Amino acid sequence: MNALSIRNLRKTYNNGFEALKGIDLDVEEGDFFALLGPNGAGKSTAIGIISSLVNETSGSISIFGHDLKTDRANAKSCLGMVPQEVNFNQFDTVKSIVVNQAGYYGTPRKLALERTELCLKQMDLWDKRDMVSRRLSGGMKRRVMIARAMVHAPKLLILDEPTAGVDIEIRRSMWKMMQALNEQGTTIILTTHYLEEAESLCRNIAIIDQGRIVENSDMASLLSRMHIDHFVLDLAEPLVVVPVIDGYQIERIGDKVLNVGVPKEAGLNQLFNQLSALNIKVLSLKNKSNRLEQLFMDLIDSSSAGINQ
Amino acid sequence: MNNTIALRTIVTKEIFRFIRIWPQTLLPPAITTALYFLIFGKLIGSRIGAVNGASYMDYIVPGIILMSVISHSYANVVSSFYSTKFQRNIEELLVAPVPNWIILAGYVSGGIIRGLLVGLVVTLISLLFADVVVNNLLITLSVAFLTATLFALAGFINAVLAESFDDISIIPNFVLTPLSYLGGVFYSVDMLPSIWQTISKGNPILYMINAFRYGLIGISDVKIELAYLITGGFIVLLAFFSLFLLHKGIGIKN
Repeated sequence: MNALSIRNLRKTYNNGFEALKGIDLDVEEGDFFALLGPNGAGKSTAIGIISSLVNETSGSISIFGHDLKTDRANAKSCLGMVPQEVNFNQFDTVKSIVVNQAGYYGTPRKLALERTELCLKQMDLWDKRDMVSRRLSGGMKRRVMIARAMVHAPKLLILDEPTAGVDIEIRRSMWKMMQALNEQGTTIILTTHYLEEAESLCRNIAIIDQGRIVENSDMASLLSRMHIDHFVLDLAEPLVVVPVIDGYQIERIGDKVLNVGVPKEAGLNQLFNQLSALNIKVLSLKNKSNRLEQLFMDLIDSSSAGINQ
Repeated sequence: MNNTIALRTIVTKEIFRFIRIWPQTLLPPAITTALYFLIFGKLIGSRIGAVNGASYMDYIVPGIILMSVISHSYANVVSSFYSTKFQRNIEELLVAPVPNWIILAGYVSGGIIRGLLVGLVVTLISLLFADVVVNNLLITLSVAFLTATLFALAGFINAVLAESFDDISIIPNFVLTPLSYLGGVFYSVDMLPSIWQTISKGNPILYMINAFRYGLIGISDVKIELAYLITGGFIVLLAFFSLFLLHKGIGIKN
């Protein structure tokens, strides 16, 4: 069963801006799905419509088979939403934010308290339960929003840039939390600007640009389309002349730093053999950029070119 | 989906909100109305004499109580719902399967409860200055309840349509307060020149204040049935308009 099905979803704002131009999307139950796109591409509008914060112009959405228009209560009960920005009352305590949300979903008080304890412990916030939420750190506020979204045990959880602006340690711990939730059976849709996050967490991916889905496939097959990997080589000695090696694109980006484009079929062994023959000693090597980022930029560029034509 | 639990959650949250900030919500009306009773009732009122057979102090007590009910039922909903919009907590309700009528009923109930609680506080203060003997308890309570409901609904609409904090103070300051003062709180419309009597009868608050005054001290410038009809009619009208706004998402959705 699909956790989410979107059909021909369109949104035109009052000022005439067409944010969504008829998107179709399916997310399978149990998936960890990435929804990517540059700013203003339409992903926040799509998420806003799925979570009933934005009225669609036309099209349909169903969540676990429940149509969002005709079977609204059941559709919404399956959905948990973690927004991009803090949207809880910052004068409320952590516990009351989560308990009240359970109440909005019709959860009886006793069960709401039990589930609140469970979710806050899962998010490592139980000892902060009586703290007024505005006193929490940024990372804690984001975890409060995850606990709040999980308190009614949704089958589909949408996280809109959950790790934006948090430090690496918190980001890593949030990745673990998301992976744990997914392993427990929750379908997760993630939007993020950190493409390495999507690459390491998500199994399937859709890229949205200028109101259209420009890519929708599984992560592995998308990444396999990469023909050239880019590496940065740190050298032991400064170079006087940039080496020329057939099949490789080499450019100098510092006295002792080279940027090398390596075709997949060529591999690295031949490159190192040739560099050794030229008496160039390589101290270390790293990926110049994330592979998904490269693909993302290629797709967005080709999408823009198509639109401009 | 259990709507009763969702409704109870909203109402409880609303009650905790105004109780938590009681120095802003419950204390000021006690002080303001004590000054009204002292200045208008005791000091000036003793020189005015009886109005329609009642002492001036007894005459102004119902109007002052109901004026407090009106302003606080309105203020509670307009400030709470607008803050909810402003801080985007409204998204918590919109994401959840809470029907629109439950959202409306929850916020309006909060306004009614605060309005009636403030009315009770003012009534207790009035006992220090006047001997309030209730003429008809059912009319007194029903008029207070219906008036609180009407102005809580009006506050809700104001909050939904408001786009800034300025917008939530315009109606209370420039519409509600003048209409309350001109609604016969401090005088009988019979004391006005005939043209002003006619104009005053276009003010719906006049009917509510007089109906409440009738419930408390048995004196009214208007027919009680007409007061119920006007109040009930406005409640139905505003309730449908509020639900229309919520259904369309005007002011709360993109």
